[in-house]
Amino acid sequence: MALKSISKPLLYLILIALSLFFLMPVYVMVVTSLKPLDQVTLSDMWKLPSVLDFSSYATAFTKLTPNLLNSFYLVIPATLLSALLGSLNGYVLSKWKFKGSNTIFTLILFGMFIPYQSILIPMIQFLREIGLYNTIPGLVFVHVVYGIPITTLMFRNFYANIPDEMLESAKIDGAGFLRVFRYIMLPLSITGFVVVAIWQFTNIWNEFLFAVTITTSDQQPIMVALQNLSGSQIVQWNVQMAGALLAALPTLIVYIFLGKYFVKGLLAGSVKG
Amino acid sequence: MELNRTEKGSAVLPETKAKRNRKLTTDHLLALCFILPSIVLIAVFVYGFIGWTGYVSMSNWNTLVPDFSFAGLKNYAYLFQDYRFQADLRNTLVFTVLFIAVVVLAGQALAIFLDQKIRGESLFRNIFFFPMALSFVVTGVVWQWLLNPTTGVNLFLKKFGLDSMWYTNTDILAGFKWGKIEFGIPVAIIAVVIAAVWQMTGFSLAMYLAGLRAIPEELKEAARIDGASEFKVYRKVIIPLLRPITVSVIIIMAHISLKIFDLIYAMTGPGANFVTDVPGVYMFETTFRGNYYANGAAIAIIMLLFVAIFIVPYLISSRKGES
Repeated sequence: MALKSISKPLLYLILIALSLFFLMPVYVMVVTSLKPLDQVTLSDMWKLPSVLDFSSYATAFTKLTPNLLNSFYLVIPATLLSALLGSLNGYVLSKWKFKGSNTIFTLILFGMFIPYQSILIPMIQFLREIGLYNTIPGLVFVHVVYGIPITTLMFRNFYANIPDEMLESAKIDGAGFLRVFRYIMLPLSITGFVVVAIWQFTNIWNEFLFAVTITTSDQQPIMVALQNLSGSQIVQWNVQMAGALLAALPTLIVYIFLGKYFVKGLLAGSVKG
Repeated sequence: MELNRTEKGSAVLPETKAKRNRKLTTDHLLALCFILPSIVLIAVFVYGFIGWTGYVSMSNWNTLVPDFSFAGLKNYAYLFQDYRFQADLRNTLVFTVLFIAVVVLAGQALAIFLDQKIRGESLFRNIFFFPMALSFVVTGVVWQWLLNPTTGVNLFLKKFGLDSMWYTNTDILAGFKWGKIEFGIPVAIIAVVIAAVWQMTGFSLAMYLAGLRAIPEELKEAARIDGASEFKVYRKVIIPLLRPITVSVIIIMAHISLKIFDLIYAMTGPGANFVTDVPGVYMFETTFRGNYYANGAAIAIIMLLFVAIFIVPYLISSRKGES
């Protein structure tokens, strides 16, 4: 007990110090983005801006808007399609198991751990062949395909918690595969869809390797454009930080409002669930 | 399974039972039809394409024009003799070990701290979690600025006489000659580890917190009644129970770190003398900037093998554990 009362203040001290470390990049990012370029000097990095200057946001916004739009055109269909596929797969693999279905599930799961470098060269050849190279639909296709393992895993674990008895009674009433899915599973899957959609939205929005190799210039999603901002000769750090904040905003907003589901997805994605 | 279960409902008349069995088979067929597209997609785009990459890695396609003539293991032999790839292997090893060690220890410690009925726990949790919602590219851009050698954190450190230069430092700590390179801990890698830890600690924290919450309170109580100090309860009861979570965290972090690309590409690039280069960056540059497709494919296959060493046993054991 005595130990506890001494250590509590120490505990708070450690937690607050670590919180400051975690928030430090955000502070510097916000402060830098609100300074005019001539105030963005190395020695003034930690100082608050003397005047609020939003011009770097204006610059970043004009430069990045087309790419932000590209990202939305990419993320929305890719998230919806992969969630739909995942729910069907999860339904089959949890409630309509067949011989070898567990092996197939494991073989599907392997697909979420591979380094995508190991499929990238054939994928680009393939996309060129079917005319989807350097297009947003091409990226949508890629994210739907490589989203199958994680979405299937999440829905399978989610559906495994729905008792089989509920399905049995519906089957006795004559409901088949599709009716059970439509009238029993889907209404119970809203949380599942929210978790999977948030997970896919965040991951696809943040993804870089496919984006930088499959698209060029005006087709590029936001993360590639953000990276390209620093490619110029003089790095305008204030614009760079404003751009980083803009690029991070959609996923941050989702996290702030639906963080609980984000963490659920994270835990569901660690296989054992 | 499903079939057996309906047979248990023995009140069903023989003919309706037969009917239901037939219905179940058509339903099973329908189920198979719905999952078939995904199976085909995975078979082609995961396994087929890995095979195709393996094939490219054993070809002579090292120009813009595809050349699939057989080269055997020539490209692999080249890589293991290559200065840059040897540096990549060193950097990946150092990065992976440091990154996993810090993420596991920090995540576990923070989870235990937050489990002490702390006031404002959810606020702390959100502060530690939020970097996970960010892209590695954003993290890279921000930390590039924070750890800029002539500014940022260094201004503090310089006051204490430390001039680390962070990711532009080409020093190798504890170095010794190994192959063509100096083996040891590149100082510049530590900068990348800090950024990666900042981003991923929340992940292990979340997993450990879930693990701690799953331990029944009675277990802790029982140990306390036996007179164990709070410290001992953790050391003897709680931490051993968290071991399976540690295994999961290590494997998930290992597969992230073995294929890391975007963070390093956005933050430092290969670095002077390849002090922060990793296979992911090398593969990208040699394939898509240099048109050495066969070499790039060989790097990709080596990366895949590294990841598979961790992932395949994990997948098999977690499947077995379930059934």
